[in-house]
Amino acid sequence: MNSSTDISPELMFTETGIGRRNRFIENVFKIFFFIMTCLMILPLLLIIGYLFYKALPVLSLDFLFSNPKDNMRGGGVWAPFLGTIYLVVVSLLVAAPIGVFAAVYLNEYARDNWFTRIVNLAVVNLAGVPSIVHALFGVGAFVLFAGLGESILAASLTLAIMTLPVIIASTTEALKAVPMSFREACWNLGATRWQTIRRIVLPNSISGILTGVILQVSRAAGETAPIMFTGAVFYKAIAEGNPLAYNITDQCMALSLHLYTISTQVPDVTEGIPYGTAIVLVGSVLLVNAAAIILRIYLRTRKRW
Amino acid sequence: METNNHSIETQNLSLWYGDFQALIDVSVNIPAGKITSLIGPSGCGKTTLLRCFNRVNERYGNVTTKGEIKILGKNIYDPDVSLLELRKTVGMVFQRPNPLPISVYDNILFGLRIHSPFGSLKRSQSDEIVEEALTSVFLWDDLKDKLKTRATSLQLEQQQKLCIARLLPLKPQIILMDEPCSALDAKGTLAVEELMSVLAGTYTFLIVTHNMAQARRVSSECIYMFLGELIEHRETQALFETPEHPKTADYVQMRYG
Repeated sequence: MNSSTDISPELMFTETGIGRRNRFIENVFKIFFFIMTCLMILPLLLIIGYLFYKALPVLSLDFLFSNPKDNMRGGGVWAPFLGTIYLVVVSLLVAAPIGVFAAVYLNEYARDNWFTRIVNLAVVNLAGVPSIVHALFGVGAFVLFAGLGESILAASLTLAIMTLPVIIASTTEALKAVPMSFREACWNLGATRWQTIRRIVLPNSISGILTGVILQVSRAAGETAPIMFTGAVFYKAIAEGNPLAYNITDQCMALSLHLYTISTQVPDVTEGIPYGTAIVLVGSVLLVNAAAIILRIYLRTRKRW
Repeated sequence: METNNHSIETQNLSLWYGDFQALIDVSVNIPAGKITSLIGPSGCGKTTLLRCFNRVNERYGNVTTKGEIKILGKNIYDPDVSLLELRKTVGMVFQRPNPLPISVYDNILFGLRIHSPFGSLKRSQSDEIVEEALTSVFLWDDLKDKLKTRATSLQLEQQQKLCIARLLPLKPQIILMDEPCSALDAKGTLAVEELMSVLAGTYTFLIVTHNMAQARRVSSECIYMFLGELIEHRETQALFETPEHPKTADYVQMRYG
């Protein structure tokens, strides 16, 4: 071992063999991780680029606002587009309040006992259940047992059951991110749990909660299995351009199912149409996600500790 | 001893977290209008004892308490005791300053607002209360132009003083402090100690500290605890200079461990 006293001052702090090897390994890993990052982004860019390229001939406002025509070989995506919006909105209207308030109860009120442990275990496991299983449950519970028939309502409730555990999990995360010391401060001033939640916990976790809820839009919009037996149909014409064209007891078309149908079940579809449908689906999801990010940034600027 | 000179009296107080007994038969009388310090090694139950006095321990889950605690002569385990009223009277200051992530002004009024009917606080009245509370902790001059700033962006010393000021509008009788200076620098520590000395008399202070010099400086009585038991409780000077119990002697003369 060289100690710094053995070598001349000019050679002090210069690189040794081990130093060179360490620097080499350092660079290898840095490049390796960078390549992995590129591999992750590349498919996304390729997919979106390819979709756009193929969809370009059919993309127009008219495509968005007209129904499929000629036995689904032509026309636009208005009925499935509006159907997806209905399904997502109704399912979130059901799942978001239940999920958020359940998470508030579990995190802020419930003590750590066998009941809450079972509930938490159920939430985690429910999140891992395949969507086709949710679909079968939806058929049994909502379509048949509750007598809703195949309808937007039944399909939305099925989607709500599917998104609920993830909303609970993400809300719990957001609530846990609020430091315990804030709660202690409130309790010691004689605040009730509700006053603590209302005045301190919710205002400081709302951005996380909303982000979690909004991210479920993309899951609900993209799923095919839970809706295809519970309310979504291959074809249904509705009034073009009227945003209230569906009734929630109606069956509806949906973008995900429509994409599956025209890609596999219908012969001689105009070439750009499946790609256009995919672009509408991906585009609306990205739009909602972007809105979520902007909302999050805005709410975050207001919180500081 | 006459009861009316004691703010807090406990009789054979024991406390368990699940199966673990954190307090063993603690009987203690805390004098009114003075500063009493609680010293002892980490994990000896100082903080647990402190948290018993506004029953905030119960928010932390599986806690069993036995024995009697009287605050200002009233047993706080009586069925007619409202925890919210109790916590108004017995305020607490924490190790790390924990102002709420709202403005200085709203921090001071937080306690009052949650205990008043909606809209019953007039603006002029609130302004007065805020000024009074900040003045009594010597923060008014520093903060009178910063009432709208977020309390969490203040200096630590100011934050801790604010946490004390925040209790005052509720007109507490007793202020519990859990190592209130351990996050502060020397100047902040002295400032908070000075503040306590000024406020003692109006309020009863019970302070947990690891800093024995601090216990000697600020408190008139001192309690030494070890593994959940109260070992010795005497006047501060006597406890430090002529400890009766060998364990106390070990600790105050730094021979502990």
